[in-house]
Amino acid sequence: MRYILRKVLFYGVALWAAVTLNFVLPRMMPGNPAEILLARFKGRVNPAAIHAFLIAFGLNVHQTLFQQYLSYLGQLVRGNMGISITYYPEPVSQVLAQALPWTLLLIGAATIISFFLGTLAGIVSAWHRGGWFDSFAPGVFTLTSSFPYFWFALLALYFFAYRAGWFPLGEAYSGTRASFAISNWPDLMYHTALPAFTIVFTSIGGWLLSMRNNMITTMGQDYILMARAKGLPRRRVMYQYAARNAILPNMTGFALSLGFIVSGALLTEIVFSYPGLGYTLLQAVQNEDYPLMQGTLLLIAVAVLFANFVVDLLYVRLDPRVRNE
Amino acid sequence: MIEKVEESTASQPTTVPAPRNSWSAWWPGFQRFLGNRKAAAGLVIVLVLVALGVFAPWLTSISPQAQSFVPLRPPSLAHPLGTTAQGQDVWSQFVWGTRASMTVGFAAGFLATAITVIIGMLSGFIGGIGDEALQMLTNVFLVIPGLPLIVVISSYFPFQNNWPLIVIIALTSWSWGARVLRAQVLSMRELPFVEAARMAGERTTAIVFRELMPNMLSLIFSQFLFAVVSAVLTEAGLQFIGLGNIDAVSWGSMLYWAQNDSALMTGAWWWFVPPGVAIGLFGAGLSLINYGLDEITNPRLRARVRRQKRGRPA
Repeated sequence: MRYILRKVLFYGVALWAAVTLNFVLPRMMPGNPAEILLARFKGRVNPAAIHAFLIAFGLNVHQTLFQQYLSYLGQLVRGNMGISITYYPEPVSQVLAQALPWTLLLIGAATIISFFLGTLAGIVSAWHRGGWFDSFAPGVFTLTSSFPYFWFALLALYFFAYRAGWFPLGEAYSGTRASFAISNWPDLMYHTALPAFTIVFTSIGGWLLSMRNNMITTMGQDYILMARAKGLPRRRVMYQYAARNAILPNMTGFALSLGFIVSGALLTEIVFSYPGLGYTLLQAVQNEDYPLMQGTLLLIAVAVLFANFVVDLLYVRLDPRVRNE
Repeated sequence: MIEKVEESTASQPTTVPAPRNSWSAWWPGFQRFLGNRKAAAGLVIVLVLVALGVFAPWLTSISPQAQSFVPLRPPSLAHPLGTTAQGQDVWSQFVWGTRASMTVGFAAGFLATAITVIIGMLSGFIGGIGDEALQMLTNVFLVIPGLPLIVVISSYFPFQNNWPLIVIIALTSWSWGARVLRAQVLSMRELPFVEAARMAGERTTAIVFRELMPNMLSLIFSQFLFAVVSAVLTEAGLQFIGLGNIDAVSWGSMLYWAQNDSALMTGAWWWFVPPGVAIGLFGAGLSLINYGLDEITNPRLRARVRRQKRGRPA
């Protein structure tokens, strides 16, 4: 219980830090952001929206910084993140609500596949130490994980989609069929396969190597020798004795590197014009759409925090020592 | 003072004359480093790339920005890597870009490692509420995704030169190492030589940086290598989406322009492939050095391979 309380406290503070950073950043902008933004808005927006916008950006001169902060928090709690300039008059929250499922689909699927395959490959590699798999896999995947995601994604796009025509050239669905209905899944899979593959291919090496090292350390333990001496089936020793204990550091690594994975995957979205958060962020940047940019950053940060929190809770299930703390 | 003398004799049982001391301590370690196949291969790759950057002015006489050649020519004797769509020499861009990307990579890596060392080691050593606070700070930086943050910051403050970029990359990438170092300090702080230094009345900062740090150099070095890799990747990613300073020649901006002028679709692989391969090789080289170091310092990772090799007659 103490463990969970500590975690809740930590994620509370982290969330506060992300939200506050989001408040502080635009206010550190050189020059007067109000003028830039108002110039862009002129003639397109009604006065009420401008007022809401000014408040959201803390440009309300009648308030102190602290009052601005409070009203910013108040707006945020109500889900109000301002109005997007690019998609005017859609509110930022709505733009993000449309983009989020795509990112969850692509990055979620790719990350989980990569984690499982990589961890499994690490177990096999360590167990058959010096075997054929162990002599090429770590090296090959060290190399692939050193290449930038987007570079590899562009090559894959060129060869497998442009030249071979096996995959679509981008986007997440055909035409306007942006639905998650079961009948639409083949089309979604067809579009998600290549970007997901590039993410898996470039991120699998990290899991493989760290799992391999954990496994090797664990396999030196006495209880493994004991299990073998007892004559337990090889598979049982491998998965339930060695791997089960070796996976804990990998789980922590999984949670902590989510931020890094998300960063790389955002670039993949950009390469494939995949309509998720990364693509939205790029559009916001190119159109100087500050409210959308802020909102996207905040949502990405919150999503990563949430995923970390979930992994921490899973940890309680996996590591009994934490439960008894 | 007495304790300090004891400590130094304990770690080096044979007394050797002072000038030879550091050399004789380093040389066998370095030989072992070169004896490790991974480490040696990584070192060669990295040295070749570093040499390209360092000797850029001697490797090409053409300015990387000069748009004075026939555009989109494949590699030839005059242009070893062909030309860009703007009629620039790709080889010249490549070597100068290597210099720029490495400068950012090493500078940001160095800065990030400095922050890592200060925060990680202090956090591990002081303990108590200060440790809790520093740990909280570390974890917050750890879970906040770096690239989106850098993207937003750099669109608020357009970069005129590389320094803001270096500082921001360093600020968003120190946290992982700090965690590792803190854990290591925790496992070392109760060792006798630290105890001795504390008894001798040394100040906390002196103990941390003069007693503990020298014993953790290989770990710190490995954090540095990782920081350099991630800095190079971040810089390339940022340049690729058109932020940062795209008019300066670097690996990332080469890729940006190559993509902008659809180098792949027009078949200009000589423009698109070299910067990507260079980033990949550089990263792989540094990782290899790291794994090599890991194998040298963690006997478990290599012991069994050797035994197996001896066991099996060739």
